[in-house]
Amino acid sequence: MKILVCISNVPDTTTKIKFAEGNTLIDTTGIQWVINPWDELSLTRALELKDDAASGIKSVTVLHVGTATSEPTIRKALAIGADDAIRVNAESSDSWFVAFQIAEVVKKEQFDIIMCGIESSDYNGSVVGGMISEFLGIPSVSAVSGIRIENGQPVMTREIDGGKEVVTVPVPFVAIVQKGIAKEPRIAAMRGIMMARSKPVKLVEPVAVEPLTEIVVFEKPTPRAACKYIDADNPAQLIDLLQNEAKVI
Amino acid sequence: MSILVYTENWDGKFKKLSFELVSYATGIAEMLNTTVTAVSIGKVDENELRKLGNFGANKIISINNDQLIALDSQSYTSVISEITQKEGAEVIIISNNNTGKALAPRLSVRLKAGIGSGVSRLPLNLNPFTVYKKVFSGNGYAHVVLKSDVKIITLAQNSFDLVETLNNTVIENVELTIDGSSLKTAVKDVQKQTGKILLTDAEIVVSGGRGMKSPDNWGPIEELAGLLGAATACSRPVSDEGWRPIGEHTGQTGKVIAPNLYIAVGISGAIQHLAGISGSKCIVAINTDKDAPIFEAADYGIVGDAFKVLPKLIEAVKEMKS
Ligand SMILES: Cc1cc2nc3c(=O)[nH]c(=O)nc-3n(C[C@H](O)[C@H](O)[C@H](O)COP(=O)(O)OP(=O)(O)OC[C@H]3O[C@@H](n4cnc5c(N)ncnc54)[C@H](O)[C@@H]3O)c2cc1C
Repeated sequence: MKILVCISNVPDTTTKIKFAEGNTLIDTTGIQWVINPWDELSLTRALELKDDAASGIKSVTVLHVGTATSEPTIRKALAIGADDAIRVNAESSDSWFVAFQIAEVVKKEQFDIIMCGIESSDYNGSVVGGMISEFLGIPSVSAVSGIRIENGQPVMTREIDGGKEVVTVPVPFVAIVQKGIAKEPRIAAMRGIMMARSKPVKLVEPVAVEPLTEIVVFEKPTPRAACKYIDADNPAQLIDLLQNEAKVI
Repeated sequence: MSILVYTENWDGKFKKLSFELVSYATGIAEMLNTTVTAVSIGKVDENELRKLGNFGANKIISINNDQLIALDSQSYTSVISEITQKEGAEVIIISNNNTGKALAPRLSVRLKAGIGSGVSRLPLNLNPFTVYKKVFSGNGYAHVVLKSDVKIITLAQNSFDLVETLNNTVIENVELTIDGSSLKTAVKDVQKQTGKILLTDAEIVVSGGRGMKSPDNWGPIEELAGLLGAATACSRPVSDEGWRPIGEHTGQTGKVIAPNLYIAVGISGAIQHLAGISGSKCIVAINTDKDAPIFEAADYGIVGDAFKVLPKLIEAVKEMKS
């Protein structure tokens, strides 16, 4: 079986986002770009599965839709251990556009398990994985917090409101993963970094498609009022404020 | 033309979240001068269905089919998209919870409908149709134009107040025949958490961080939560260490919640933690370090040792209750 891990290139999660050009663009100065945290965990889990010879996973490919500026993120994924990479050479205009491009690639190359993160930490869309599966007409399992292979069959744990379910669907399918899929992201070792330089990155040109959504302007969140301090010896005052001022208890 | 809202049920019952969705759909219907159709899949009795009418649903389409008990994203998508087309619905409203995240993107492709996800306000504009959504995990918001004929909005939980709008509701029971071979999801096992308030539903949350020092020290957090009818939560290192169950982890890579009150005890307030809680209406911080960033996000703060403050706070809550 072959696994495809879709990776998004996002600002490091500690970035204080600033907007530019009348709040119509992200100010990218000084931003450090990283693999989207959930995608990094997907990749980690995919590699763990491949490491286990009994799983029958033969290869792990990463796919990214983006311009040449995201090459370092792709190289990082290869250094962590992906066998090869595909980059669709396009500026991603919206989730619809990205999912469409990924589906086009999957139609040409065969993968059994397609892994996507539950959301990308930039636009918080939570939609690309589901869209890919519908473009391809294949099953999807959402909120996946665990995946293992049992007798050649992928078995997943998915989170439901107030519990968990263990489910299977036939391959090929899209697994949309979240917290729990892997414990800690795998880190690239020196050997991996050296090897990544010679691993293949296939360049694919995008297929023309009109996006369905457009961001017209950004806003910063409204700052919260200053914190009101209460004496540590008098928490009763806090209760009073929560009851009579904030009216939340 | 109408607004379609998908209302999920849990063992035949709706939750506050369902009524929020209907209230929101009714708000949009008023803007567009149209009606609200709610869709329910599963075994829900008439009394329960009627509750949706209290928040403005004009019509309720109820589908009770034994084959649609577990969530199978493809068959649910087929059912909802068929109803959307039959009703001529222009806007679909669905929660931004796990189920909504599974269905909305599939519906989007099926109906060629642009999605605004994690929306927290009524549309800012109808022409062009513009929604307001969170981006960069709460470090910004975006005005997003949905350019398609059909539009999908996933609503952030706890972001829209309930609005009672009494309507004369009609219930339509729809029988469906489903080809068994189209159902691809096989559920092997289900584990349900019972008796506890779900973190995502909770109006009050008491959360502990690494400052609690050991899993053995969670007694006061649980006691306070019990007294306030609150759910318990924690920061990521606390769940990574196995001090608390992973379902309690809040933040960018855990659960994103928006309770009325969030009490953070021994949590520094890292940007990734705040990403999961900044939507809370009121935030209280208890921390020994007066410079901890959590105080910048908090409405009320106590600079002090949790082990000394919590017992006094618990006493104060008991006194308030008596
Ligand atoms: C990609 C990425 C994603 C992440 N996602 C998340 C996420 O989703 N959620 C999350 O929480 N974190 C996340 N983190 C981790 C985050 O950066 C912080 O490390 C984490 O939130 C810190 O947890 P904490 O506040 O419990 O611990 P610490 O930062 O160690 O803070 C402990 C606090 O307790 C206080 N304290 C100590 N003793 C006492 C006492 N006796 N009484 C009162 N206060 C006391 C200290 O002053 C300190 O402020 C993420 C990190 C990365 C890189």
